[in-house]
Amino acid sequence: MLLDPLLDTRPAATGAKDRPATLSGDDLPAILTAPARLTHLQRLEAESIHIMREVAAQFHKPVMLYSVGKDSSVLLHLAMKAFYPSKPPFPLLHVDTTWKFREMIDFRDRMARELGIDLTVHINRDGVRQGIGPFTHGSAVHTDVMKTQALKQALDAHGFDAAFGGARRDEEKSRAKERIFSFRTSTHRWEPKNQRPELWSLYNGRIHKGESIRVFPLSNWTELDIWQYIHQENIPVVPLYFAKPRPVVERDGTLIMVDDDRLPLRPGEVPEMAWVRFRTLGCYPLTGAVRSTAATLPEIIREMLLSTSSERQGRVIDQDAAASMEAKKQEGYF
Amino acid sequence: MLTDLDPAAASAAVGPVDGSPMDAADEVRTYLARQNGKDLLRFITCGSVDDGKSTLIGRLLYDCKCLFEDQLASLEADSGRFGTTGAGQLDLALLVDGLAAEREQGITIDVAYRFFTTDRRKFIVADTPGHEQYTRNMVTGASTADAAVLLVDARKGVLTQTRRHSTIVSLLGVRHVVLAVNKMDAVGWDRETFERIAADYRAFARRIGLDEVTCIPVSALTGDNVTKPSEQMGWYGGPTLLGHLESVDAAAEEKLGAFRLAVQWVNRPNQDFRGFCGTVAGGALRAGDDVAILPGGRTSRVARIVTMDGELEAALPGQAVTLVLADEVDASRGDMIVAAAGRPEVADQFAAHVVWMDEQPLLPGRSYLLRAGTATVGAQVTELKHAINVNTQEHAAAKHLDLNDVGFCNLALDRPIPFDAYADSRETGSFILIDRLTNATAGCGMIRFPLRRASNIHRHASKLDKAARAGGLQKPCVLWFTGLSGSGKSSVADGLEQELHRLGRHTMILDGDNVRHGLNRDLGFTDEDRVENIRRVAEVAKLMVEAGLIVLVSFISPFREERRMARSLVEEGEFLEIFMDTPLEVCEARDPKGLYRKARAGQLPHFTGIDSAYEPPEAPEITLKGAEHGTDAMVAQLIGELRRRAVI
Repeated sequence: MLLDPLLDTRPAATGAKDRPATLSGDDLPAILTAPARLTHLQRLEAESIHIMREVAAQFHKPVMLYSVGKDSSVLLHLAMKAFYPSKPPFPLLHVDTTWKFREMIDFRDRMARELGIDLTVHINRDGVRQGIGPFTHGSAVHTDVMKTQALKQALDAHGFDAAFGGARRDEEKSRAKERIFSFRTSTHRWEPKNQRPELWSLYNGRIHKGESIRVFPLSNWTELDIWQYIHQENIPVVPLYFAKPRPVVERDGTLIMVDDDRLPLRPGEVPEMAWVRFRTLGCYPLTGAVRSTAATLPEIIREMLLSTSSERQGRVIDQDAAASMEAKKQEGYF
Repeated sequence: MLTDLDPAAASAAVGPVDGSPMDAADEVRTYLARQNGKDLLRFITCGSVDDGKSTLIGRLLYDCKCLFEDQLASLEADSGRFGTTGAGQLDLALLVDGLAAEREQGITIDVAYRFFTTDRRKFIVADTPGHEQYTRNMVTGASTADAAVLLVDARKGVLTQTRRHSTIVSLLGVRHVVLAVNKMDAVGWDRETFERIAADYRAFARRIGLDEVTCIPVSALTGDNVTKPSEQMGWYGGPTLLGHLESVDAAAEEKLGAFRLAVQWVNRPNQDFRGFCGTVAGGALRAGDDVAILPGGRTSRVARIVTMDGELEAALPGQAVTLVLADEVDASRGDMIVAAAGRPEVADQFAAHVVWMDEQPLLPGRSYLLRAGTATVGAQVTELKHAINVNTQEHAAAKHLDLNDVGFCNLALDRPIPFDAYADSRETGSFILIDRLTNATAGCGMIRFPLRRASNIHRHASKLDKAARAGGLQKPCVLWFTGLSGSGKSSVADGLEQELHRLGRHTMILDGDNVRHGLNRDLGFTDEDRVENIRRVAEVAKLMVEAGLIVLVSFISPFREERRMARSLVEEGEFLEIFMDTPLEVCEARDPKGLYRKARAGQLPHFTGIDSAYEPPEAPEITLKGAEHGTDAMVAQLIGELRRRAVI
């Protein structure tokens, strides 16, 4: 079972049956006592599991994109549930831009090891050779080469015909329009104006050779649902979500963590230790921290409920241009 | 998003968070327990942008405080750039339209999903397009909705598009319908205007079978009766729109009370475990229940309901589970496990409403893939009974269905599948049709009733089979000649038949022109009739194969899909596609019947190669170069091929 010493505010679960399923504490899981109807989290969970099983059955070579963030943690947990007692019948793929937080990499390797799931890590070696990075080339070029192009390389190299992603429709406007089974051409393009109709729970995964489907089992979850589910299911997440003193510099109104010595300091910039945490995780130079002392899951949830800004605000890449996510997605970004 | 938190706790938390972790934990636990107790309502909104649909959703999100400051900031910026509400005003519609093209054109093209929560309930809104050309996207949104909010402009009343949206909502079985009469501010909050529109609509709704309709006068622009009761419309005593949506019965049971589970995936981690994964539909299931596995019909008992959280005593509709049965029975994806005492229909023919969603029209007789639950089977529309004009609800005769058309049809499947009527169960009464070549989701359907119970029809098993009838002379098969008019099909087929006859083999030839004088004399040359023409010929060819003959079919047969269908009727290896690969210029120069000349003169519409497409075979068994070889040489080539394939 998943054990995570980081979630130390409550006794760690030792087995599935011991895990509190309701928030009032130590009740038995609600489903065992046959409730009149499913709670909204049970509905969301069941829908996601249904989608994952469809993918396992309809495709030859699916893969789960694992970005190491909280949504990926939920995705992975749902995959463990969907195929229990078997292991998920697909590997994990992490596209490493080489600029991820070090704690993300540690967490990623630990999860794969503990769950016994194949993990493939792909780095765009061409990009590394050309020295592409967020400081030298800007966030747009860096994201395109090290993330979007790298992802396409990995999907092509392994011949994956379906790829799970953890995107939610409440994140961003163009995501709100995307299907759960989202068709990609053989060049990985998304055609937002020509999407396949998607009815009931009938998902059409038929494709020609070279084409693929991106699958979003968390489409109908909100950020609050994600945290609520992490809390309910005791799912491990990267410690960066929890506040503690970290070295940061404030740059253009954004708090950037000095995760390694590759961060070029501008004249006059001196890293300060501040209580911060992250609401979203990506490349450390492109991910803004928020000042916070929320060091436990309940504190994070409370902080989120009182927050007046949406989680994507911390992502530098979304602010590049209006409708930028739609444009990036058309190019093959997840 | 503050609404659910205790104000005192909230104000404490906005300041420096210095309380002990246990305070936060308790507070959040209480909050989450309340959240988890809420249920979920999925609804769609329909109407065009002129009716203020996107503004209404923007208003709901805004009033329910489901917007963040940065989203508001970006809304203010966008309102300046694209907004239509005037300087300094927030254009709430821009919150919803997501694609660049939509924002520029001010229309909704595809469904957008939005999320908001009130003290009582969680909501998923599907904002669906109002334009007729995007009807298929509205159908996508309606298929999963519990309720529908139809908007009309108080100045215009019930319009054609309102009737179209209502027809689709009714077809898709959306249970709760709200007519929101919007822009009441623009008609001086006039009671009579509202009541006239409401009465109009109720009369119409009854005609199309929508019984539960609630009419509410609102102004999305000002928020009146959207989330707060209107002071301007004191004469209205009903609920606000949000108040109504909070109270409608979301969990209304489907009529079907009997358990269903379409097997998605067979779970076999080791020799000792064999579980059937799927989502419960119809009715609840308890461990120990007797079940049947359809379409086969074997019965067993549910030994265990397995989940990672532990075994369950019972599972509810909507729950994703893994079943272990008491007996070693074979079941696989496409099968349905059902309550032994309450079984669905099992048939290979049924009547259904079909909404067509593809640019390529639906042609009766053409073969599509049908997905129902987890079963995928070949299917064709055998009879298009009528099309329904979604604007006027009139029934009209139709030969095909175009994009966004709705029809009532009979369908025939390659094999029987289990299903229920859509009115009883959305999950087990629905299907999609997939184009075999493009893989597009080309249509969707709602099953009305089975046409015959497959279990009552038993094929008469003959004591003689086709090999016996062939008497060891030959292997019966179809030699399907396809190619342009004038490509040499008939000459080569004639030559080959004479040669086979000389060799003492039994043959029959089916020629396009001859068949059109008899069996198919009622058919013309439209795409629909061409499909039916080939279907009949393919069935006749199949009977002749059963009779032990080598059947030579000489038909232009321009569409790949129909040739594939003909191939599927006979067994593997019994169908040899022979492509007369003669260039159009050569055929046209030959013009043995003068048809090309007529076609070029515009006297012969739908002529293959001129104004109707010919789709060359992708992988024919045999290709003949009609421009390069004489008939005798090609006949010799074919005889060689037939010997090589042990046909003769």
